[in-house]
Amino acid sequence: MSSAISPRILKQPDNDWPGYRLAVRDPLRLDCGIDFGPFTIAYQTYGKLNAERTNAILICHALTGDQYAADPHPISGNPGWWLTMVGPGLVLDTERYFLICANVLGGCMGTTGPKDIDPATGKPWALSFPVITVHDMVRAQKRLIEHLGIDTLFCVIGGSMGAMQVLQWTASYPQSVFAAVPIAGAARHSAQNIAFHEVGRQAIIADPDWCDGQYLEHDRSPARGLAVARMAAHITYLSEAALHRKFGRNLQDRNAVTYGFEADFQVESYLRHQGSTFVDRFDANSYLYITRAMDYFDLAAEHGGSLPAAFAGARSRFCIISFTSDWLFPTSESRELVHALNAVAANVSFVEIETDKGHDAFLLHEPELFTTLRGFLNGCAEHRGLARA
Amino acid sequence: MSRSAALEFGGIVPRPMMTPEERLRRDLRVIADMIEPGARVLDIGCGDGALLAYLVSEKGADARGVELSQSGVNACVGQGLSAIQGDADRDLDAYPKGAFDVVVLSQTLQATRQPRRVLETLVRIGERAIVSFPNFGYWRVRLSLLARGRMPVTPFLDHQWYDSPNIHLCTIRDFVALCDEIGIRIEKSVTLDRYGRPFALDPRGSLANFLAEQGVFVLTRGAA
Repeated sequence: MSSAISPRILKQPDNDWPGYRLAVRDPLRLDCGIDFGPFTIAYQTYGKLNAERTNAILICHALTGDQYAADPHPISGNPGWWLTMVGPGLVLDTERYFLICANVLGGCMGTTGPKDIDPATGKPWALSFPVITVHDMVRAQKRLIEHLGIDTLFCVIGGSMGAMQVLQWTASYPQSVFAAVPIAGAARHSAQNIAFHEVGRQAIIADPDWCDGQYLEHDRSPARGLAVARMAAHITYLSEAALHRKFGRNLQDRNAVTYGFEADFQVESYLRHQGSTFVDRFDANSYLYITRAMDYFDLAAEHGGSLPAAFAGARSRFCIISFTSDWLFPTSESRELVHALNAVAANVSFVEIETDKGHDAFLLHEPELFTTLRGFLNGCAEHRGLARA
Repeated sequence: MSRSAALEFGGIVPRPMMTPEERLRRDLRVIADMIEPGARVLDIGCGDGALLAYLVSEKGADARGVELSQSGVNACVGQGLSAIQGDADRDLDAYPKGAFDVVVLSQTLQATRQPRRVLETLVRIGERAIVSFPNFGYWRVRLSLLARGRMPVTPFLDHQWYDSPNIHLCTIRDFVALCDEIGIRIEKSVTLDRYGRPFALDPRGSLANFLAEQGVFVLTRGAA
């Protein structure tokens, strides 16, 4: 299987993809000390910016997400990853708000990442791409928001790694965020989460087609390693109860086990499908870089080890949301955030949603999540003086 | 506005049939009247947010809630109020001293694990604390126990002994004695009859302890 590259992500010329591109000329000082740039930010917008420029919401995507929150993915054709949330009359109402969603720095859907060409060498960056952090992603987003002429975002919202970006925004640019909604997030990546990421990275690195990261130059692709990484990670996004409800011990297109290593069980078949479709739309090196950024995330460490210190200047109205069956970013992590925000007497709401859908619940149909968020955003909109849609 | 009604409307809270003022329980009204306009308020045990909604809309307060039940918190946040899921025993320690002008603990003290510690925390994080609780010395409660020999069940103590969240019941006298012991100053007190109407009785007197169904106390940190 170690032959010519097949994943479409590595073949598709990304300027064919729909959406906007911002060419950032002034270099960005990254956490690793490098001045990075010029670079490109690929982003989508939905709805209209009002005349006062007060109705903008920045949507921050998760590890394997992208800017296509509410329109079809240009490679997979799948519907937008947050169609449950973004649209006319929905919680993130496109008739009331101006929504912005940008591919993160280091990503592979148009924002500059390791599969792009390093202008200094004319070759793909691969592992010479600088190691980026969540803070760097947010610095890049700030450039985009400035470019759009927006001083203060009405809201910054996101789940999982998106929640990390939301928190970073409130810590780094407290004046620029009116309301903040970190969903299924944490102020730092836990040891267990770093451990799972390391398993994924090692699966990629162990794939002979990875070629020390230079697979593009060798016209190869570590698809098997990336698929295994996705399979392992996908388990962490679900709950035991959800897996049981969906699959139980049901067999896949057969009446009995085969005494072999084919996908006898439906759950195996499902995971293999998740892995094989993922490699078509995601770059393996991007996966290494972005998981690393999440591992490095520790908001307290940036502020002398004190989480309340990170929020000392926070002025935003916070709505923190967790899910009962999320064991990757459990409620205890959100509660720690609440306590830190209480310590600086920030305006914070905290809701734990009862669900068996695990970490991925933020992407799914959760009526209680919608009710809560709609109420929170309506309350904030009133304080902000935004007209009803 | 009940929580279920909010959910039926897909989260769009309909124009309430009752004004926030009409929604307010009598005892909460007494508490609301003690709060200055524009105050920073923390309502602990805020339920579905009736007092919060009143304070925000009628008093322009910066009011936030803490509530144990998930349904209560969701109802609050769903109507645009600030509330966190938490309880008085565990989730107040993080607040800095004097974070609020007023901290309200209404009909909740008797359900905490460590009422003494909770009271000390209230006067630390609030410049003033307003605490209301059912008076176990109320004559109907006494009579019920005396005559029937069973644990009392009244409109304010509406649980059977085996499923009651009220694990630390006290009389008005007990409460006053505790405040004296831990150096908390009672700035003001109101006793309420069974209809929630205030009447003028000295809370330290035995008559109040006999006739009042509820006590409402305004507390501050002692001089020490």
